[in-house]
Amino acid sequence: MLRVVLSRTFPRISGISNCQYSAAAIPVPSAQPEVHYNKLFINNEWQDAVSKRSFPTINPATGEVICQVAEADKADVDKAVKAAREAFRFGSPWRRMDASDRGLLLSRLADAIERDTAYLAELETLDNGKPYAVSYRVDVPMVVKCLRYCAGWADKWEGKTIPIDGDFFCYTRHEPIGVCGQIIPWNFPLLMQAWKLGPALATGNTVVMKVAEQTPLTALYVASLIKEVGFPPGVVNILPGMGPSAGSAIASHMDVDKVAFTGSTEVGHLIQQASGSSNLKKVTLELGGKSPNIIMSDANMAEAVEQSHFALFFNQGQCCCAGSRTYVQDTIYDEFMERSVERAKSRVVGDPFNMKTEQGPQVDEQQFKKILGYISSGKREGAKLMCGGGVAADRGYFIQPTIFGDVQDGMTIAREEIFGPVMQILKFKTLEEVVERANDTKYGLAAAVFTKDIDKAHYISSGIRAGTVWINCYNVFGAQAPFGGYKYSGNGRELGEYGLDNYTEVKTVTIKVPQKNS
Amino acid sequence: FNILTYQQHSDASNQVKGFNQSFLILPYTLNRDLIFIDNEWHESCSGRKMPVHNPATGDLLCEVEEADTEDVDKAVQSARAAFQLGSPWRCMDASDRGLLLNRLADLVERDRLRLATLEALDSGKIFLMAYFVDLMATVKTLRYYGGWADKIQGKTIPVDGEYFTYTRHEPIGVCGQIIPWNFPVMMFAWKIAPALCCGNTVIIKPAEQTPLTALHMACLIKEAGFPPGVVNVLPGYGPTAGSAIAHHMDIDKIAFTGSTAVGKLIQKAAGDSNLKRVTLELGGKNPNIVFADCDLEYAVEQAHSGLFFNQGQCCLAGSRVFVEDSIYEEFVCRSAEKARNKVLGNPLVPGVDQGPQIDQKQFDKILELIESGKKEGATLECGPTVFSNVTDDMRIAREEIFGPVQQIMRFRSVNEVIQRANATHYGLAAGVFTNDIDKALTVSSALQAGMVWVNCYNAMSTQCPFGGFKMSGNGRELGEYALQEYTEVKAVTIKISQKNS
Repeated sequence: MLRVVLSRTFPRISGISNCQYSAAAIPVPSAQPEVHYNKLFINNEWQDAVSKRSFPTINPATGEVICQVAEADKADVDKAVKAAREAFRFGSPWRRMDASDRGLLLSRLADAIERDTAYLAELETLDNGKPYAVSYRVDVPMVVKCLRYCAGWADKWEGKTIPIDGDFFCYTRHEPIGVCGQIIPWNFPLLMQAWKLGPALATGNTVVMKVAEQTPLTALYVASLIKEVGFPPGVVNILPGMGPSAGSAIASHMDVDKVAFTGSTEVGHLIQQASGSSNLKKVTLELGGKSPNIIMSDANMAEAVEQSHFALFFNQGQCCCAGSRTYVQDTIYDEFMERSVERAKSRVVGDPFNMKTEQGPQVDEQQFKKILGYISSGKREGAKLMCGGGVAADRGYFIQPTIFGDVQDGMTIAREEIFGPVMQILKFKTLEEVVERANDTKYGLAAAVFTKDIDKAHYISSGIRAGTVWINCYNVFGAQAPFGGYKYSGNGRELGEYGLDNYTEVKTVTIKVPQKNS
Repeated sequence: FNILTYQQHSDASNQVKGFNQSFLILPYTLNRDLIFIDNEWHESCSGRKMPVHNPATGDLLCEVEEADTEDVDKAVQSARAAFQLGSPWRCMDASDRGLLLNRLADLVERDRLRLATLEALDSGKIFLMAYFVDLMATVKTLRYYGGWADKIQGKTIPVDGEYFTYTRHEPIGVCGQIIPWNFPVMMFAWKIAPALCCGNTVIIKPAEQTPLTALHMACLIKEAGFPPGVVNVLPGYGPTAGSAIAHHMDIDKIAFTGSTAVGKLIQKAAGDSNLKRVTLELGGKNPNIVFADCDLEYAVEQAHSGLFFNQGQCCLAGSRVFVEDSIYEEFVCRSAEKARNKVLGNPLVPGVDQGPQIDQKQFDKILELIESGKKEGATLECGPTVFSNVTDDMRIAREEIFGPVQQIMRFRSVNEVIQRANATHYGLAAGVFTNDIDKALTVSSALQAGMVWVNCYNAMSTQCPFGGFKMSGNGRELGEYALQEYTEVKAVTIKISQKNS
């Protein structure tokens, strides 16, 4: 039974094979893990906010407060930036460290996180609401893999020697940029932290990170591990706080060299403007999406239905790359719809600490209300409600798995990012038509196509303007593969070798020599 | 891996606890003295064994099963099966190959003391060197390549026409690896790490003089979780087991580190059999050029350790020290002084800084070359040996001695010394000591050597490629460059109905 539930919850995520489920049982979680750290982490020390203010973090399954957390504001950001700048000083321990030793520290951090998998998974589920089985089997292991991958790059990120014209010896140094501000979201708190820290630290930068106010707890625990494994003080600073105060202070700071933001497109605009208004800090953005998932008539129907379900409903629908426009070719539309509705109706919604649960609560009240608003608009604008459509429990922020059929491209639910368990299924006739409709969006994060035809697969993957295209699969991630958006979905790529570019300043050094020889 | 000074040795030795004196009791009982094939221990097909000696005393340490042609055949079968499409090794995530290499590094760290002791006993190298240099390099090399495994990337390529083209960087297949006795466990890591990182399977023959640490590594390889057949360890002799590997029709690539003479045989064998890919790391007669504007004491010290490290048994040894005329006398005087102060003795005892040569054969060869130096008119300053007034035509200036014998020559001008430094069939390494930026860049560009050190010597690190020009070998080990030697590139081109940029 456990195996069936698990294989439904995450069929084929990042290569975790089915045999692992039965190999080692997931330990029974504590639904009330103790919170050890709830302050600001600056210079390897725990500190109250300068203002002494704090804010509550909520358990979305119950709506209850878990604990208070210190709230960083501009004054705290200033302190953190100072610490990060000092740690980046030319001649500092961090600057003088062997690159391979930076890698070793990241490896040790991965080991420590692996050691504390169960606790971190409990804390993540408590603060975010995602099912514990998923935190344990997906989020934490992916964090470990990401950090190990980045650790391996530390001493392999090589400049070049370059044969320029003239009597010169010319080479490039791949230097760290400096103090990097990083603002991360609440949908994958631990994983987003790893995606940001991994490449930044591997390349030798120092970091001031603002974690989402909805989900600060696991990031703060990881801060304690950062200190435990031996990163020098000031290299990583972690500040829980609000976007408009702490986040904004980072984006407009005159002594932060780069800002990396993952979150909504709306806030992405603000970050980019803030950079232009302050010191032109380098900006990378990972924003929203309205990703098309295209099902051709020759697709394997069972696979397509299951993957499309997973593509939308995974993580309570709270994925930037969610396949939220499912385009189904007309000849198979009816069968696809029927099977999808059956699957959605069988989705188990409930207490995230229960091993049988596939879907937990939405992260907070704001999201909860917003999603319900979109469901209303769907009904109002004439989409056909096929299942779900309402609240799923008396307390907490649970929403029923919802499917709309007969969706038209112009409807709000077809254009705006819902970030909830609401699936839109649209009909199409031809290949050329669907590619055009799929591209008719300001977003461009991900896309997928299900087909057996090699030519169709290639046509669509070339034609769609999206940073990641999946063929006969969805949500396949690897630390090795770059991820990022076209258009309003962001700029820059995270992960893979490409991810290192955004944390590097290239310096060209040219030395006069008496006589150049090849 | 910076060579520690003597003072650092004795400080460090105080930190090494648990030094097990019982290792000095002979005969040494080895847990593993068999041939390692398919993650199992086998007796030799012929029934023969090889003696393993302690070069410090000449005593027999133990006997080890001796692999020959039939054993090589068995190993190749095993390695080939492990390389089949669909095998656990072929289907494994690249990141998991990396994880296995990292686990192996962890195990080497755990067994560092034992491995260093075995290494010192078997090879005669100073125990503290084995512990702080050889073993550290071994761990770092395994970790470095552990990190590369899932970063070996092909490309997608914009060819002309309606095609989608990409390359796969595939492993070559079954790789034969033959390693020498001067840095046994470190050479073992230098060979298996890039090979396994790229997904190959391996048959490795350690030197007959020094099989012990290789056999312990085989245990750790099994413990770390490498599938059977991925690494096979065959102690044996060159003319039998080594030759069988070089000639084998089902080995896809051979990597050899050793003498130039045997390197030529390997190349011929490859041509004679199945045109297996060949990489070679051979000998050197490396020039170390000291200009008058250097830091003299520092240059003397670097030149000294550049020659005498590891009892002079380094392919990289700076065995032709070219010193600029105006500082020549002073340099020779200080070098002789340094050499006279060397403490020779039992490599397991702290305070000793030079152990024995590896075996009788090397011992005799070195003495013979020393005699030739005297006969041909060089000035013998002292022993451990420093010769001054050496001219380029003398045998000690041309042939690789591989022993604690330093040659110091005089030069006058930059162009002269470059020309003389390059006048050799070898081309492995070189050193340049000067404070002048122009001289440094000019000379380092002009020298025909795979590694050039400026104001240092023997400064090596896993990230940096290592290998020779000319008859010092071909191909590079270490660094990203080594991956090319263990990769076969496949270009795949798919017809599509419409190509778009």
